[in-house]
Amino acid sequence: MHEIDAVDRRIINELQGGFPLSPRPYAEAAERLEMDEGELIERLQRLLDDGVLTRFGPMYHAERMGGGLTLAAMQVPEDRFEAVAEQVNAHPEVAHNYARDHVLNMWFVVATDRPDAIGETLKAIAAETGLEVFDMPKLREFFVGLRFEA
Amino acid sequence: MALNDKDRRLLHALQDGLPLVPRPYAAVAEAVGLSEADVVARLARLADEGVVKRFGVVVRHRELGYRANAMTVWDVPDEAVAATGRRLAELDFVTLCYRRPRRLPDWPYNLFAMIHGRDRASVLRLVEQATEVAGLAGHPRAILFSRRGFKQRGARYLGQPARPEPALAG
Repeated sequence: MHEIDAVDRRIINELQGGFPLSPRPYAEAAERLEMDEGELIERLQRLLDDGVLTRFGPMYHAERMGGGLTLAAMQVPEDRFEAVAEQVNAHPEVAHNYARDHVLNMWFVVATDRPDAIGETLKAIAAETGLEVFDMPKLREFFVGLRFEA
Repeated sequence: MALNDKDRRLLHALQDGLPLVPRPYAAVAEAVGLSEADVVARLARLADEGVVKRFGVVVRHRELGYRANAMTVWDVPDEAVAATGRRLAELDFVTLCYRRPRRLPDWPYNLFAMIHGRDRASVLRLVEQATEVAGLAGHPRAILFSRRGFKQRGARYLGQPARPEPALAG
């Protein structure tokens, strides 16, 4: 993997949102970044290839697309942790799963193409693992702006 | 606002990202059978409607040197949670901020903020700063560092993998 240089950092910092909706968007963005279109495209490709970026494009709002989204937590006995993680992750609706330092030690995001499917997925996970699943959907989002300083 | 079939086709075609070619909207348009102008206009509308939350880079935090992240949670009285949440969200190191339901007696916390830092010590300093700035001193709190991530991939909204934001905390 290449080292990220100052130009890469500028790209990452500047292109966190508001990518142009015009016929030559890379050319337009490149002009703001004082580079040429070809270099911007090449650098974005490299940042993707190196795994610095997971993707470049639009991010969707689950509920406004008509889907369901929630954060769920479980208390998993340590000696069963790997096995339960496999059971949970086997569900395609589970998007992310993190082990965290707490009595509730497994936290995962569930996203589905319709709202009802959230409950069905959590119920299935509870039944398969024999563990209680705490459903913690967002009640309100506080907007944090666009940020991630590279 | 309901998504129509053309919107869905377009969003589906873009869920792995925008093509890295000089005229990306023309490339997508061809793939889904729309015109370039229609693709651009639809994306502008979908952004206005909030279906597209953001359009740009999605970073892998760890690769940028943010090696520690803590989901930090507080128990805030319901009547104060909106004002407190807004203050937390203004801090530039808070990357996600939500109100969520308590699950008593197991889980008393209702305000969630994701805080990233270079390492644990810096995250802990930021948590203290957040506590002070948002007036959260004295409220019960927990700091849940991630030990590891097991699965980092897209979610499904359109019958096939898509990648939503809130990457970490739904």
